Amino acid sequence: MARIAEQRQAVDIRVAGVTKVFAGAAALDDVDLDVRPGELLALLGPSGSGKTTLLRIIAGLVEADRGQVFFGGLDATTLPVQKRQVGFVFQHYALFRHMSVAGNIAYGLQVRERASRPSKAEIRRRTSELLDLVQLSGYESRFPAQLSGGQRQRVALARALAVEPRVLLLDEPFGALDAKVRKDLRAWLRDIHERTGKTTVFVTHDQDEALELADRVAVLNQGHLEQVGTPDEVQDHPATPFVMAFLGQAARFPADIRDGRVLVHGRSVPVAAPRATIGQASLYCRPWHLKPVALGQGHVTGSISGIRRLGSMRRIEVSHVDGTKLEVEVPLVTSLRPGEEIGLEILDGVFFPSS
Amino acid sequence: MSDMSAALLPSARSAAPVATERDWVRRLTIAVALVFLVLFLILPLAVVFVEAFRRGWEGYLAALQEADAWAAIRLTLNVAAISVPLNVVFGLAASWAIAKFEFKGKSLLITLIDLPFSVSPVVSGLIYLLLFGAQGLWGPWLMAHGIKIAFALPGIVLATVFVTFPFVARQLIPLMQEQGIAEEEAALTLGASGWRTFATVTLPNIKWGLLYGVLLCNARAMGEFGAVSVVSGHIRGLTNTIPLHVEILYNEYNFVAAFAVASLLACLALLTLALKSFLEWRHGADLAGGAHR
Repeated sequence: MARIAEQRQAVDIRVAGVTKVFAGAAALDDVDLDVRPGELLALLGPSGSGKTTLLRIIAGLVEADRGQVFFGGLDATTLPVQKRQVGFVFQHYALFRHMSVAGNIAYGLQVRERASRPSKAEIRRRTSELLDLVQLSGYESRFPAQLSGGQRQRVALARALAVEPRVLLLDEPFGALDAKVRKDLRAWLRDIHERTGKTTVFVTHDQDEALELADRVAVLNQGHLEQVGTPDEVQDHPATPFVMAFLGQAARFPADIRDGRVLVHGRSVPVAAPRATIGQASLYCRPWHLKPVALGQGHVTGSISGIRRLGSMRRIEVSHVDGTKLEVEVPLVTSLRPGEEIGLEILDGVFFPSS
Repeated sequence: MSDMSAALLPSARSAAPVATERDWVRRLTIAVALVFLVLFLILPLAVVFVEAFRRGWEGYLAALQEADAWAAIRLTLNVAAISVPLNVVFGLAASWAIAKFEFKGKSLLITLIDLPFSVSPVVSGLIYLLLFGAQGLWGPWLMAHGIKIAFALPGIVLATVFVTFPFVARQLIPLMQEQGIAEEEAALTLGASGWRTFATVTLPNIKWGLLYGVLLCNARAMGEFGAVSVVSGHIRGLTNTIPLHVEILYNEYNFVAAFAVASLLACLALLTLALKSFLEWRHGADLAGGAHR
């Protein structure tokens, strides 16, 4: 196992000004992204945000219309996919269906030119080492059709690692698996990443997956990079309303900003604002930023339209008088009942001045 | 015990009439199908062999060893040996392009591939004659340069290629579309060249479908009558393929020889059928696409 980690120093990936247009619509618009050496970075965004296209441009499977891709100091922009030495794991695994598990893993070594091809014994040794790493020893002679989804995904990862790639790229690695297997594989991928130390980029549309797994998260929306930051940074200091809304439930309130204070319906909210900022704004609140209070108190009023349990808390759904619905987190034991009219006090939130 | 059987009875009784009615319908439809098969497929096939052996083994072998018959057999094998590989290449290229790339005019290309199925073979033969024949569009130029196409092997091959073009492509397009390009992309990211990817990933995935297409293509190439009949000129011992030779022998009232030569085509048909059934039985999933995934 130690061998795999020491094989090559992790390199950084630099994407500079990458633009891609598909059928007249910009899939990626002037994207700059730096992935640090040895980092596990998540490309997060809704479908159609361009995250898979960006990953495929890094891999060389798609050519960018403009912009450059660097691995370490190497300009890989014009390198064909075969020469980029990336480990790519496909959403639906793309295992070679007519080859055994061992054949799949050994493929990348076997297609090398004679001069750089390892001996048969060496290929066998590396194959069994990788099978060990992905916990599939004893499955050498199985065929992809005889494996479960999770097992196929692990073979796909072993196959990608076999060629000692510069970087590891994963396209929705857990997208086609059921919830339980996803959870298990997340921890396992984190573990593999720590052991191999490869710079790794993975694409996902699942914010929980990105926030739980990644060192940093890059949020994409309609071909634009909205924010890059640690899970804490993007959650606590979202750069744009889109990031705020995409990372979880968020209620939006129109607010006024005056004298360094944020006002909702004329009442001050305990959120600091720079003195220089004046005017209209939107205040976004998570379910735990709101607290139910007696009717007539708090910043807004509404009626409870539903209560459901969420782990160790309860979420109440409140219909605001203006017709919007918002979610509030309350303790498990609560006296609140559906249909009740209540006030809501805003404890915290993130505001964005209206443009 | 008696309680139990009483409890079981109602369901058994209600199921019985339905089953007998279905049974009755099933037997009738099978009988009709069988009668049809015997009358229109098995009987004619049997007649071919009965007529071929009317004068015994010696008569049969003598008919096949006759010089013109041999020439027809050789020509047919030559035509198939040229046109089938050509259509394997064309079919692979066309289905690869259609299945793996997006481009303008793709649906037009798919329609064009089907054209030989919808055009009468005689018409396609005539078109080649109009292009390459002595009175045809390019005839004088070809004649001046000493190139013979119509009434010669090249013309017969051209007509055969046209008629048999769809078989390989039609078989491979749905198969390749279903398989997608992810495996090829995976091979590329692992460092394989384009040719290597084709040889080690694409070809193994489509080999049974390809063999199936080749089988049907070959059967048609050897048995084609209409298109070849127009461009060949029926020159005995020179431009007669097996089907044309059968017709000539029959028109000359040489029934034993006609049926003897025809029995070769019948044997080819039976062999094709057997291989085809074997492929469908053994590799059905690989023919239809990745059903075993």
